[in-house]
Amino acid sequence: MAKKTVVRVKVNGTSREAEVEPRLLLVHFIRDILGLTGTHVGCDTTNCGACTVLLNGKPVKSCTVFTVQVDDQEIRTIEGVADNGKLHPLQEGFREEHGLQCGFCTPGMILTAKALLERNPHPTEQEIRWGISGNLCRCTGYQNIIKAVQYAANKKA
Amino acid sequence: MIPQSFEYFRPQSVREAITLLEQHGSGAKILSGGQSLIPMMKLRIARPEYLVDINRIPELRYIREENGYLKIGGLTRESDLESSELIKSKYPIILDTAVMIADPQVRNMATVGGNLAHGDPANDHPATMLALRAEVIASGPGGQRVIPIKDFFVSLFTTVLEHNEILTEIRIPTPPARSGGAYCKLERKVGDFATVGVAAQVTLEASGICSYAGIGLTNVGPTPLDGQRASDFLKGKSLDEMSIKQAARIAAEDAQPSSDLRGPASYKTSMVRELTIRALVLARERASGRVS
Repeated sequence: MAKKTVVRVKVNGTSREAEVEPRLLLVHFIRDILGLTGTHVGCDTTNCGACTVLLNGKPVKSCTVFTVQVDDQEIRTIEGVADNGKLHPLQEGFREEHGLQCGFCTPGMILTAKALLERNPHPTEQEIRWGISGNLCRCTGYQNIIKAVQYAANKKA
Repeated sequence: MIPQSFEYFRPQSVREAITLLEQHGSGAKILSGGQSLIPMMKLRIARPEYLVDINRIPELRYIREENGYLKIGGLTRESDLESSELIKSKYPIILDTAVMIADPQVRNMATVGGNLAHGDPANDHPATMLALRAEVIASGPGGQRVIPIKDFFVSLFTTVLEHNEILTEIRIPTPPARSGGAYCKLERKVGDFATVGVAAQVTLEASGICSYAGIGLTNVGPTPLDGQRASDFLKGKSLDEMSIKQAARIAAEDAQPSSDLRGPASYKTSMVRELTIRALVLARERASGRVS
């Protein structure tokens, strides 16, 4: 086992610290060490995007990043999207527009969409589809996910 | 899937990174975007004992024109290329390429340097850089050397980079007026590797005669392939339907695809022909200023 090293990461606004092996994937740090299980391991092959988190505001696949890489950086998980219990417009949108069935892809979808809307507050349908092209959903056929994102875009307008 | 154990270093400078590579020899690998390397490590196809993370060396991340070249730092993210006004307006072939790489999350981490240095024939930038006759700058203990991209790829996952060298820059001679290029990629679904990809870059004289052509092929051989015979054929000719189709036939002859999950070799060969036509037509239209 390689020497463990201390990492300090800001997670959902709070500084967290742990001693980890270099090979510990960020998704496992988030789930197993921090106990934030909203971030999911789907394919484990960098395809599905269920593991998506925001790293310094940008969506990345946490199954393809080592925890040690994000030392002194900031990450946001799905648990950090609501504001003190108040749902983010995207979370409302997913509820109102039935944007989920099993919910497995949903945290990743919401985080990707959050970053998308911050960059492009009024995306076209094509831009939404392109924006979430790294997040796979096996249940919904994406139609209501698109509507959920549009709901949020309109709400924030 | 858990990677094998490794020791991790995070140098703050290129010098420091090279020293670490020197110290640890062939057991050390550079960690750039990690979007090719980490998946391989998770499958234990790659088992580096030492990982040298170069992500905290900000001087390696840039896109600028200088002395007749477009210079791209090795650590430049694909998403940086996507949002660059310079790339969009003057080098659309590079934007074509960047947006076809994987998906938005991967593009936030993946780097141009890594896309080339990994030596994967399925990566997209190599074909485009071949078409543009780009040069790689490799930084090592002795300084820097310039490697023409044509000489860069050796075999599957192998480039001419020594174990103690880092790809710090890719530079592209700024094409003259009346130039245009395009990258066309056929994929089974969004985010996939190429079934086939073709990059084409041309320069036209005022008469419309082609004075320069470059063609690169993705994922139809053990390395990215240079469509040299096809591009040689086009020089001095007008880029009409007949000459484009003939060049496409030649490019397809020189492709060496394997049959796999993305299709039989014969299908891929046909697709090289088709995509070469599309890439050349779009390149010609951009060179003529009829399309941006």
